[in-house]
Amino acid sequence: MPGRGKLIAVIGDEDTCTGFLLGGVGELNKNRKPNFLVVEKDTSITEIEETFKSFLARSDIGIILINQFIAEMIRHAIDAHMESIPAVLEIPSKEHPYDASKDSILRRAKGMFSAEDFR
Amino acid sequence: KSCTVCNILCIIVCCVRAQTIMKARLKGAQTGRSLLKKKADALSMRFRQILRKIIETKTLMGEVMREAAFSLAEAKFAAGDFSATVIQNVNKAQVKVRAKKDNVAGVTLPVFEHYQEGGDSYELTGLARGGEQLSRLKRNYAKAVELLVELASLQTSFVTLDEAIKVTNRRVNAIEHVIIPRIERTLTYIITELDEREREEFYRLKKIQEKKKQLRERTEKEIAQRLAALGPIAEPMNMLNEEADQDLLFE
Repeated sequence: MPGRGKLIAVIGDEDTCTGFLLGGVGELNKNRKPNFLVVEKDTSITEIEETFKSFLARSDIGIILINQFIAEMIRHAIDAHMESIPAVLEIPSKEHPYDASKDSILRRAKGMFSAEDFR
Repeated sequence: KSCTVCNILCIIVCCVRAQTIMKARLKGAQTGRSLLKKKADALSMRFRQILRKIIETKTLMGEVMREAAFSLAEAKFAAGDFSATVIQNVNKAQVKVRAKKDNVAGVTLPVFEHYQEGGDSYELTGLARGGEQLSRLKRNYAKAVELLVELASLQTSFVTLDEAIKVTNRRVNAIEHVIIPRIERTLTYIITELDEREREEFYRLKKIQEKKKQLRERTEKEIAQRLAALGPIAEPMNMLNEEADQDLLFE
């Protein structure tokens, strides 16, 4: 339904988050909880998964952007997410360029397209 | 359900009316199936279109992200490390998205629309050094966000359509492989029953006629016997055959 806007959440490495925050998507809600998570080398997978699940549970988040290499780490949680909102979008990071074969959305339609389409 | 009740009724009261009802139901099931098939086809077409668009947009997005990452590196080079400041100064989001509903062949698809709200909270960042790189960086990432919102819409439509197509196909198959054969079997059964009853009636009629004929034959034979037993019957006088009538005075 139109009306109250929804936020764009970001789970990514420092550069990705900085970039998107400069783009203007960052917000702290009433409890001072941010809608983004900066993932360092020492961030545990549990923490990433917890944040992802909390983003899914929040009703004011419409889109979740996540770096593809982080998505790999919590692949099972992403695959378990069947609803259409919030939408989970996998984006490439500086070190890891975009790999279509790992995207969970495209894997669902695996048989319907071939590698030529990506060129 | 009404279907089982009607089935039981058909078995007990096999009549032409039941046959008409079944024929109508068969017609209804066939129409329903073809309509659902059309819906599934329309959805599949839209689905394939969306998939193609998604692939295009994803490739484009890869490039846009790469460019944005480069400009980030440039800005870092020029302005120093501002990541910490940026992360600390998060306050209110300027860019938000709205969910609108789009309708395709009876299926509502969610579509994201992005809009600006409020001013730029990072206006003052980069005042010291690297202001130009920073503003270019902001523009690049804003462009990336727009593209990503579009991609997110496509993705949600994709997922929703996938589900809708599966459900519709399931229904089509159910009608085709379960409902229609069931109705056809009931219809054949009713027709067989009606035919058999007609044959029974016919047979019964023939039997009755035969019995009547036998009865009639037997009664006639009995009458003939009784007549013979009584002896020859004197014929009554025939006034017309008399020669002379003595009462007639003048002739």
